[in-house]
Amino acid sequence: MRDFNNAKPCLTGKGVTKTFGFGDKKMNAVDHVDFNFHEGEFVSIVGESGSGKTTLSKMLLGLISVTEGQIDFQGKPRDISTNAKKKEYWKGIQAIFQDPFASYNMFYKIDSVLLDCLKMRGDGSLPYEKKFELMTEACSFVNLKFAELTNKYPFELSGGQMQRLMIARIFLLKPKILLADEPTSMIDACSRATILDMLLKLRDEINMTIIFITHDIGLAYYVSDTVYIMEHGKFVEYGPADKVILNPQAPYTKRLINDVPKIYEEWDLTTV
Amino acid sequence: MKNTIKQAFHSSKFVTGFVIFMFVLVTIFVYPLIVTRDPLEMVGQGNFFKPGTYVAVSDVVGTNSNYRLNVDTSAAKLETGLSVENRAMMADWLEKYGEVPASDIDVTDAESLVALWNEKYDPKTVIKGMTIAVRNQYMRLNNQIQHALKDSGVIIAEKNEETGELEEAKSYDGREFVNQGDLPNTQTFLLGTDNFGRDVLTELVAATKVSLGVGIIAGVIATIIGLILGLLAGYVGGFVDNLITFITNLFTVIPSFVLLILISYSVSESARGTTMVGILIGITAWPWTTRSVRSQVISLRNRDHVNLSKLSGHSMMRIVFTDILPYIASYVVMAFILQISSGILAEAQLSMLGLGPSTTTTATLGLMMNWATQYSAHTSGTWWAYFPVILVIALISFSLNLMNTGLDQIFNPQLRD
Repeated sequence: MRDFNNAKPCLTGKGVTKTFGFGDKKMNAVDHVDFNFHEGEFVSIVGESGSGKTTLSKMLLGLISVTEGQIDFQGKPRDISTNAKKKEYWKGIQAIFQDPFASYNMFYKIDSVLLDCLKMRGDGSLPYEKKFELMTEACSFVNLKFAELTNKYPFELSGGQMQRLMIARIFLLKPKILLADEPTSMIDACSRATILDMLLKLRDEINMTIIFITHDIGLAYYVSDTVYIMEHGKFVEYGPADKVILNPQAPYTKRLINDVPKIYEEWDLTTV
Repeated sequence: MKNTIKQAFHSSKFVTGFVIFMFVLVTIFVYPLIVTRDPLEMVGQGNFFKPGTYVAVSDVVGTNSNYRLNVDTSAAKLETGLSVENRAMMADWLEKYGEVPASDIDVTDAESLVALWNEKYDPKTVIKGMTIAVRNQYMRLNNQIQHALKDSGVIIAEKNEETGELEEAKSYDGREFVNQGDLPNTQTFLLGTDNFGRDVLTELVAATKVSLGVGIIAGVIATIIGLILGLLAGYVGGFVDNLITFITNLFTVIPSFVLLILISYSVSESARGTTMVGILIGITAWPWTTRSVRSQVISLRNRDHVNLSKLSGHSMMRIVFTDILPYIASYVVMAFILQISSGILAEAQLSMLGLGPSTTTTATLGLMMNWATQYSAHTSGTWWAYFPVILVIALISFSLNLMNTGLDQIFNPQLRD
């Protein structure tokens, strides 16, 4: 585990809140959360379903508006008021979504996803041979052969292949921050380890900040430097992964740790 | 796309609808090539001629033919000449004044009825209590019967141009026949003629074409307006959504048919052509397309592939056209089919009220119904003036709805059986 106290802050938030509904039905999905993510840090946000993880991630991505609070990107207040500024912001932050089957437009060949990335990078005018080379390189990074995948439709690929292709996309874009919203929850255990390893490799190679959103605290412990525990839209506990998981303070964290099924012990269901 | 079309043709419902619709379409385009007559030409002088083949009387007389057939022609003449009412009258007389028991009278057997009539009826007998009018009626009926029974020949006379006297040219008796193929002038009206003496079949084919055109204009306009508003409301959301939903709800609450009547009424009669009526129907029929497109788009808006497209820096227009529209395309096609069908029905309804296209140069299905109603075809029993029109309207909307149901079963797996 590395120490990130002196590293440059990459994405910080103060009192970030998202409210849905009006009047009696008013509900704070994310309730005044503060966070500080550093460059090169592997951050996990752990919480059960409905705790506001995905809402927070969408706010971080700028896909939905922030009701209250401020988000700083690379030390400066984030400005995504116009489409051009949003486009610029998205060069710095990208995402991998939970469901690889829903992440692709099923009417277009998978080439178009990678070609869009090249265009976003500013390599849209390169000759096709050069583009092909770049795409092949990105695919070989995730152990895929582009020559086999080209001209295929998304539904011709397996879930694991699709998710790896999403990582290839990130490899091409090389953003400062990667927001991975439960990228392994729809994938079998074997592919899961591969995908996590690839994310770690990507972090090491380009010093990327990875915000890993998961409901699996065991997985979070395995990969992350810092862990944020989220309950009902609030961070109840956060800190280095060792400290939070080996010595949990909040009762919610203890419960989450107890809920992890263990192979050699009888599963304690009393806390559920 | 190719697969979807292939899949559609595996659905028996879709195929049935498609075949019916294609049959109508082919008829519309092939029939005018065979029958080149102007569909609105008034071929008949007088209204509502029966369906059938019409033969020029002078040709029958003038055609040289020596076909003598050994058949009894009077029986056939009696069968067609004696209407049901006449037979009832005869039976009535025989029972009341001829003292024939009711069980002996068989109105279906013309020959025995006439034989009985000839035996009992005497025009000279005066029956007490019978008015002269009724008596004359029976005498006319008797003359009619005697004429039908007459087997003697007909003499054709020609005027001698010099003397001005009539000279016998030919004579015919009841057993001489003419081959239909020898006649130079025959006219076949499979569906008779309408109140203006126009051939109903030719008119019907032309009217179906115009009505389909009206339906397609209405469908295209309604679908385009509905699609644009639905996409805007669903994708942009917020204030735009609220405003569009408000307007849509407003149009949904006011029955669009009432609106259509009011608009049609206020458009001057000279401007109300078929295209205009199509446009009017289109601009009142969009609300439900808007509503359904909007709800589909809202559910698509938060899909991951749309989010990914946003993150790839695509513009709103591009996202709408590449990430939203293809996903709802099948739905829009189905809505379009239904809009065509309801457009045709709306035109027929409007025309029935006299608010349809006001034109004398084209016919529409609705106008044909309107004309038939105005000349009380339904009370005079001239079914050919309106029934085929109803059948065509029903056939078109049935085929379109069947196609729609077939497509629905393909695109909506929950409905598959």
